[in-house]
Amino acid sequence: MLVELGHFSLILALAVHLLQSVLPVYGCFVGDRRIMKSSVPIAYLGFLLIAFPFFVLIYCYVISDFSVANVVQNSFSEKPLLFKITGVWGNHEGSMLLWVVILSFFSALVGLFGKALALRLKTLVLSCQSLIASAFLLFILLTSNPFLRQNPPALQGRDLNPILQDIGLAIHPPLLYLGYVGFSVCFSFAIAALIDGHIDAVWGRWVRPWALISWFFLTGGIVMGSYWAYYELGWGGYWFWDPVENASLLPWLAGTALLHSAIVMEKRGALKIWTLFLAISTFSLSLMGTFLVRSGILSSVHSFATDPRRGLAILAILIFFIGAALLLFAFRASALKTGGLFRPISREGALVFNNLFLTCALSTVLIGTLYPLLLETLTGDKISVGAPFYNLAFVPLMVPVLFFMPFGPLLAWKRGDIGAVCRRLAIAFIIFVVAIVFTLVKTSFRDVLSALGIGLSWFIIAGAVTDLIAKTGQRSTSFFVRLRRFFGLPGAVFGTALAHIGIGLTLLGIITVSTFSQEQILILKNGDSTSIAGRTLQLKGARLFNGPNYNEKQFDFSVSENGQPVAFMTAAKRFYPAQQMPTTEAGILSDGFSQIYIAPGSETDNGLTVHIWWKPRVIFIWFGGIVMMLGGLCSLCDRRFRIGAPQRKRKLT
Amino acid sequence: MTKKIWHILILSVVFLLIALPFSKTFAVLPDEILSDATLEARARNLSQEIRCLVCQNETIDDSNASLARDLRILIRERLKRGDTDDQVRQFIVSRYGEFVLLKPPLSKNTVLLWASPMAVFIVALIILFACWHYRSSAKPQPLDAKERRDLERILERID
Repeated sequence: MLVELGHFSLILALAVHLLQSVLPVYGCFVGDRRIMKSSVPIAYLGFLLIAFPFFVLIYCYVISDFSVANVVQNSFSEKPLLFKITGVWGNHEGSMLLWVVILSFFSALVGLFGKALALRLKTLVLSCQSLIASAFLLFILLTSNPFLRQNPPALQGRDLNPILQDIGLAIHPPLLYLGYVGFSVCFSFAIAALIDGHIDAVWGRWVRPWALISWFFLTGGIVMGSYWAYYELGWGGYWFWDPVENASLLPWLAGTALLHSAIVMEKRGALKIWTLFLAISTFSLSLMGTFLVRSGILSSVHSFATDPRRGLAILAILIFFIGAALLLFAFRASALKTGGLFRPISREGALVFNNLFLTCALSTVLIGTLYPLLLETLTGDKISVGAPFYNLAFVPLMVPVLFFMPFGPLLAWKRGDIGAVCRRLAIAFIIFVVAIVFTLVKTSFRDVLSALGIGLSWFIIAGAVTDLIAKTGQRSTSFFVRLRRFFGLPGAVFGTALAHIGIGLTLLGIITVSTFSQEQILILKNGDSTSIAGRTLQLKGARLFNGPNYNEKQFDFSVSENGQPVAFMTAAKRFYPAQQMPTTEAGILSDGFSQIYIAPGSETDNGLTVHIWWKPRVIFIWFGGIVMMLGGLCSLCDRRFRIGAPQRKRKLT
Repeated sequence: MTKKIWHILILSVVFLLIALPFSKTFAVLPDEILSDATLEARARNLSQEIRCLVCQNETIDDSNASLARDLRILIRERLKRGDTDDQVRQFIVSRYGEFVLLKPPLSKNTVLLWASPMAVFIVALIILFACWHYRSSAKPQPLDAKERRDLERILERID
């Protein structure tokens, strides 16, 4: 009964969202304020009607209702409760439902926080959001309905892919979707501005928090996904240049560019058209990401629960929204007035520079991801584009952005003085050189590129700190005044500094691991020991363990330093009977920001094959991401967003 | 002959410098490892560029599949026999097609791919300069009669 109610509610939601995408627009054109005002309550209703079926589906998973086909295909009665719940979005139907839940949630938030927003703009934004929601609701109801019953009901479910039975699934997809879908608000704002025909600083101030929130979640989603892959897939890699990973990186790059260009738009009124274009592209790339992942058109380590037939439907949605948005852009963008002149050497100029390289890097990843697909369609030839391509094509495009990152925040608006900025960065330059020389000596002059990379990371970090200090006063300012001013700095300044420091930390982690990691592949018998990075690892023994829906063989290792035991590690080989699938549970021991990583391999008569890695500073890779997220939060807490955006001047009639 | 060796040496040094490997992770088994360290390093570099055919999107270096293991052993055998990296690559391509190379070789099929980063960058630069030129050549609009009167009034007041 509840399942049918959920199903019915979903159909009702489609009707409400269809209404929402038509009626308020009509109100806008005839100028009926009452109709326009109805868009906010309808947005709330639209959210409730989608949230209800989502909770019904969760309930079905929790009680293991095996009369629902979707539950049978993806759940298992013995599965731990947490994984029953996360299993809801571990499959195609459920994840699409989560997608629209988040979409309508954001619409409701726009209604809730948009009290000061001009009515016309708000109405158009909500309508555009609802149009997107309608398309996806239709898609869910027609091709991927999670509420279909199965008769007779099954006695037991088929269980979820074991790789997905992890805390990672609880966090990674929702964060990623919050990011993907959050950009839909920016997209809708862009569409509304194009229809409305004008765009100003108020628009910029409204779009920036949404871009920040989405960017915050998307960063979190990517970081979480990367760490999950690192410990779960059992070969210690954290980024594979996999098409699906690229699909999340693309909106991230576009979103990062959008954040930067929106600053210029808000503060200086320049780059308006470009910011609009980025807002449209970012969400378009999110849609494309959804399409690539959900259609299964690209083979990837992430392929699960995919169905090519549905790909076509998402492709149609994709083409409709991107095509319509770009058409609208082409026709209306020229009507927007531009403003805010600036010199090439200025804060604006630096942000344009950032956008230029980020866009090029983004295009490279986009082309690399889609090229094999297009080539196969056109000529039938199959090629692969993998990590070596991206290392050659993407990395060089990112280096200029990274190197000039400390310069941007120190330059003045409109007209900057590069010489003065260089003088301010003197200490950062010294740190840059010292780090390079130190690394060169440490690697006995073998690895020049790594040394440059490590120098660059420290330069970025030092540059961000320099910016914070520079913002507190002149050379002559006393320490206490500086300290007081430091705590009075706007959130956005801390946001910039933290986000840049985060980038530096991530880069530092990536390069340190790739340069200084140590690795051993060997066969160990019980009691055998090996040493890595100054520590001795001894295989103590193995024991069997039965989990709720798996059984595993655990291998215990003791870690000792200078003969003193310091820690124990456990790695395991696990087997899930329901899916007949083995997995490797790596043993990981953190020491500060470094880790020892043990992946058990096959067992032979001679002993156990083990891969042991020493991964120095590896945690910096994800810690940097978390620092970036913190930066996003700081920026979001900036006073100017709380005080409320200035209202548009009322027109005198 | 010596010229060719130099050629390869320089190329491999350049390659090592450029292709800064971002993840050094191996599914290599102990019995596969060659005793010659330089040969082993070459084998690993090679196997990081070759895609496992039975997995979704892993290199044969990461993959635990038996086919990947066979390929890794094959690469090492060819290297021991004195093949150059290119010869090994060609041998594998001749058996499994270009699909296995994660770094697609330059050919008429991939010329667009390899040219794209530079092309995009140049186009972006051209657009940027065009916009810049357009913006800086746009003259500010002259004041209309009312604005001029207002300005004069304000200036008079200041005086």
